[in-house]
Amino acid sequence: MDVIHTDVLVIGGGLAGLRAALGARKRGQKVIILSLVPPKRSHSAAAQGGMQASLGNTAKGAGDNEDIHFEDTVRGSDWGADQEVARMFVHTAPKAVRELAAWGVPWNRVQAGPRDVIIDSQRVTLTEPEAAHGLITARDFGGTKKWRTCYVSDGTGHAMLYAVSDRTIAEGIPVHERMEAVSLIHDGERCYGAIVRNLISGKLLAYVARATCIATGGFGRIYQSTTNAVINEGIGAAIALETGVVPLANMEAVQFHPTAIFPAGILVTEGCRGDGGLLRDVDGHRFMPDYEPEKKELASRDVVSRRMEAHIRSGKGASNRFGEHLWLDITLLGEAHINGKLREVKEICQHFLGIDPAKQWIPVRPAQHYSMGGIRTDAHGAARGLSGLFACGEAACWDLHGFNRLGGNSVAETVVAGMIVGEAIADFCATPEGDMHVSTALVRDCREQENARFADIATSRGQESASVLMQRMQAIMSEKVGIVRNGDDLTVAVDELKNLLLRSRQIGLRSSAPGANPELTTAWRVQKMLKLALCVAYGALQRSESRGAHFREDYPRRDDAQWLKRTLAFWRDPEQRVPTLEYENLDVRHMELPPGWRG
Amino acid sequence: MISILRRKNDTQPTRRLCIQVLRHNPADAASVPHLQAFEIAEAEGMTLFIALNEIRATQDPSLQFDFVCRAGICGSCAMLIDGRPGLACRTLTRDLGTTITLAPLPFFELIGDLSVNTGKWMRGTSERLQTWIHSSAQTDLDALEAPMEPELAEAIYELDRCIECGCCIAGCGTAQMREKFVGAVGLNKIARFRLDPRDDRSNDDFYELIGDDDGVFGCMSLLGCHDVCPKQLPLQTQIAYLRRKMAVIGLA
Ligand SMILES: Cc1cc2nc3c(=O)[nH]c(=O)nc-3n(C[C@H](O)[C@H](O)[C@H](O)COP(=O)(O)OP(=O)(O)OC[C@H]3O[C@@H](n4cnc5c(N)ncnc54)[C@H](O)[C@@H]3O)c2cc1C
Repeated sequence: MDVIHTDVLVIGGGLAGLRAALGARKRGQKVIILSLVPPKRSHSAAAQGGMQASLGNTAKGAGDNEDIHFEDTVRGSDWGADQEVARMFVHTAPKAVRELAAWGVPWNRVQAGPRDVIIDSQRVTLTEPEAAHGLITARDFGGTKKWRTCYVSDGTGHAMLYAVSDRTIAEGIPVHERMEAVSLIHDGERCYGAIVRNLISGKLLAYVARATCIATGGFGRIYQSTTNAVINEGIGAAIALETGVVPLANMEAVQFHPTAIFPAGILVTEGCRGDGGLLRDVDGHRFMPDYEPEKKELASRDVVSRRMEAHIRSGKGASNRFGEHLWLDITLLGEAHINGKLREVKEICQHFLGIDPAKQWIPVRPAQHYSMGGIRTDAHGAARGLSGLFACGEAACWDLHGFNRLGGNSVAETVVAGMIVGEAIADFCATPEGDMHVSTALVRDCREQENARFADIATSRGQESASVLMQRMQAIMSEKVGIVRNGDDLTVAVDELKNLLLRSRQIGLRSSAPGANPELTTAWRVQKMLKLALCVAYGALQRSESRGAHFREDYPRRDDAQWLKRTLAFWRDPEQRVPTLEYENLDVRHMELPPGWRG
Repeated sequence: MISILRRKNDTQPTRRLCIQVLRHNPADAASVPHLQAFEIAEAEGMTLFIALNEIRATQDPSLQFDFVCRAGICGSCAMLIDGRPGLACRTLTRDLGTTITLAPLPFFELIGDLSVNTGKWMRGTSERLQTWIHSSAQTDLDALEAPMEPELAEAIYELDRCIECGCCIAGCGTAQMREKFVGAVGLNKIARFRLDPRDDRSNDDFYELIGDDDGVFGCMSLLGCHDVCPKQLPLQTQIAYLRRKMAVIGLA
């Protein structure tokens, strides 16, 4: 049997995984990273707008500090966040930006002197301080009191991912590409690594490790309309769930981004609105001030997305043959600004819509964007339920974002969490617990079990089609577990998803190509994705309140008396058809910022 | 005036597309490279991403290809589209004829059908050219960052925008003849780090890496790379500039 041994196995080559790997490597651990794709193609590369850190270098960032960033983050989360984590995060984010600068990220810089910007559709002249010339600059993003989002044009995630990935090459950390972790090796108490499928040959291998870290990103592809990459299928979270002992937290907390181009779902960054872009309706009317007189287009994402959907429902949507949408107008920013600071947006508009955003409005509609929920960990990334298992980045829920994440806080989270969790992994490896006594029988059994699962699908005579089930799941999620939810729709959704889960055991393949047959891969994944979809839908059905991005029209208010709680979803019995939900209270006595009005 | 989507004339009938794919599965001993044709109905706004996924879902589930971001950002889906290297995800079928021929990028290891192993090649090139900031300076993460001129930061980003898709290699005359040629992707990276003041390396150090025929002197200035780069990087000027700088070192 093919067995690979290492100290630390990092599953995921996005920003979070790479940064955690670097931390553990620096402390002398042998590290291997697994990735579905070459690491630079991870979805972190798609982050456009920027990374929040309270450097306070600019005129509009003056006076910014960790405290204000903390408050913005907690308010944004609608008090769902773990405030201890939020504190640590805001404290570390400036360090992370500077570390990235040292590794080569070409952050945009402050140009001293006067400059024209658009604020609230007015041209305004700002004067940047002489002393700040050449320091890292920042732009405005939704839900923040200061301009705090550091950026590299609108290719921030790309520049960050390339710098961090190049760093791992410099440190000689191997990345095993086109490898998919398909289950965790564990005995119910300790994790010993993962069973991994080679996506070229289709063969299964065992990676045995003292510490395993899941950094597999979000699961947006359980939705039909999403800004996420096609590889964001949440398998990392699903294999943790399938251990039966590791819970997924707050899975119902799903973020929808206001400005995905319609209908393709490709994101155009919040930076468009941060830099002064406006939302308009069928009449060309700028409608956001009618609903949110203070923050307008730059209210929290969940708020803007809901307002947009409501505005469309009120009959004010524009339409094309794919359906209804609204307009994003950045023409007022001018060609020079668009060519310099919003060039990815420009390319996307050219290639996918055939329009020039300096002259024409962009058709947009909210789409699934971010998974606040994920593998429940402590404040240092140790997963609940299995010793030796860690998680970080979008796949994890150490709970920085609660029920709504602020734009720019996610790429910041990936590197900050990587810094903190990488250290925690190294600490763990240095303790007696970090030593490992693993039985070869256990490793073999885990692999055999997985082999059998793939063989079952490959040889099944079932009549169900994997792609049909996948599409149906995605449609249900977008239609019934979307931006505006209610008990009736959610009940229907849960029932249908349960049914799809049963049907997914009857998938038959049409092709038997040698190697990693893509049809087999999809068939195997859809079973896992359905479990995640059920965690989201069932969690949303049970939570009879509205908080952050989880909006129930039948319970439109936040209900702290009942629901100042984090949802934990377990899948203890492989035969169960909905997750077992438990709740943990958020302790108000330990909150630096007690629940209040979000503003 | 409200602008609208560029739209096909409604009276125009839907086109039938014939998509020919060069297929081969190296994992299958019986497989021989061959063109296979698929017919589909064109839809409005259809990209090759949409078309290929439709073919896989409805006609041939074994078809192999790579898409990740499907937004022209990640560089996964480069292939030969009617013979020319490009990103399939952002290629609209309406810009092509009714018969479209797709083949894998040449030069890279074939995984199957349209999927090639660019990642392995890029990692190897990165290791060879040491494409990371070399600095002996200790960074104090609690101190103000070192300032940089705003234009310089922008100029570095201009070269940092490479997405390692491999189109430049597929479009390169030298790469077809010299297996070890680092290509425009490699040379552009050297230009990027050379421009970056945070990197301590000197021209002499860079010469060690690219001062031969597998590096900057291998380029025949055919500029295939420049024409096909989906990010429109200024490859032509960068390579020419680098060659002049390196030639000076070579002569010294
Ligand atoms: C279009 C878009 C724009 C965004 N813009 C911003 C922004 O401007 N600012 C901001 O703060 N945030 C932004 N975000 C969010 C942010 O980019 C992501 O949350 C973040 O990059 C996730 O990083 P990650 O490292 O956790 O995961 P990812 O970057 O998604 O990486 C996941 C990795 O895991 C690997 N993987 C997955 N499953 C497996 C498996 N089973 N086995 C092995 N490997 C596996 C993948 O290959 C990949 O390498 C944006 C998100 C999107 C979708």
